[in-house]
Amino acid sequence: MHIFEGFLPSPWWQIWFAVSIPVIIYGMYQMNKLVSERREVVPLLAVAGAFIFVLSSLKLPSAVTMSSSHPTGTGMAAILFGPAITSVLGVIVLLYQSLFLAHGGLTTLGANTASMAIIGPVVAYVFYRSASKAGMNFYLNIFLATALADLATYVITSVQLALAFPSEVGGVYASFTKFALIFAVTQIPLAAVEGALTALIMKYVVQIKSEVLVDLNVLSSAAVTKIKEAME
Amino acid sequence: MKLEYIVGIVLVLFVAQFLYGLVMNPDSEFSGADSAAEDVIAEINPDYEPWFGGIGFEPPGGETESLLFALQAAIGSLIIGYTLGYYRGKNKVN
Repeated sequence: MHIFEGFLPSPWWQIWFAVSIPVIIYGMYQMNKLVSERREVVPLLAVAGAFIFVLSSLKLPSAVTMSSSHPTGTGMAAILFGPAITSVLGVIVLLYQSLFLAHGGLTTLGANTASMAIIGPVVAYVFYRSASKAGMNFYLNIFLATALADLATYVITSVQLALAFPSEVGGVYASFTKFALIFAVTQIPLAAVEGALTALIMKYVVQIKSEVLVDLNVLSSAAVTKIKEAME
Repeated sequence: MKLEYIVGIVLVLFVAQFLYGLVMNPDSEFSGADSAAEDVIAEINPDYEPWFGGIGFEPPGGETESLLFALQAAIGSLIIGYTLGYYRGKNKVN
């Protein structure tokens, strides 16, 4: 999903920084609060961050467009800790990739943060919470929430590029179609894999550390009992 | 174990779509989607030049790049494995 260094002209790269920076600052504040008030969730926070690290390093092939891209892995963190804290975890990964791998860039960091570390996670969070209230099956919910967050990231990347590079004929919309055909369509099989892997790792979290999930308000204790019974 | 089976099926389907694509388009290299987007930018606005070069470290070639990607995955997997293993062990003791 990376927009390469220097590939966003003014004013767009500034605009996306303006969108991202307040969220990151708020996320840092929230993360500090979480870490100082609830020491017991710190290992889980590390797992969620590491999950983003692993998934975003996997460049996977997609036969839909015959190109490769990578999952984002941000859905799990968003479901566990909310989008603000996830944005901080996401920025760390984006910084690593832009500084050491020349993927993405510092001038496009604001835009890449907005799509992968903020808007994607917001989609996962909102979907998970609403579907959870509506009583959807836990694993199906995780699968859909994270897969949609992954897809949304790439749709937003396409929007960002389309806004910066409108077509002479057809304008922003025509450009959006072109970018989305590459980014979002490539992502369809990858999003499914990400959703499945996230559901699986969340199953293990329920198995071994369910009290933290109740504490973080991700699951009610009644829901945990039900899921655990189904595991037997 | 049911979820593990479903995830297994999803992974098998994923490999299947890759192999299918490979057989249908034997010449494809499955290059990055972001380079494809770069081509679209060049098509929409042929005059556009990136206005800022990277200041980070650029891997000298594909080999070093795979090393850094592998490192990224390894660090992440280590943390996940260690933490989940730690929790599991602790649960057993209690």
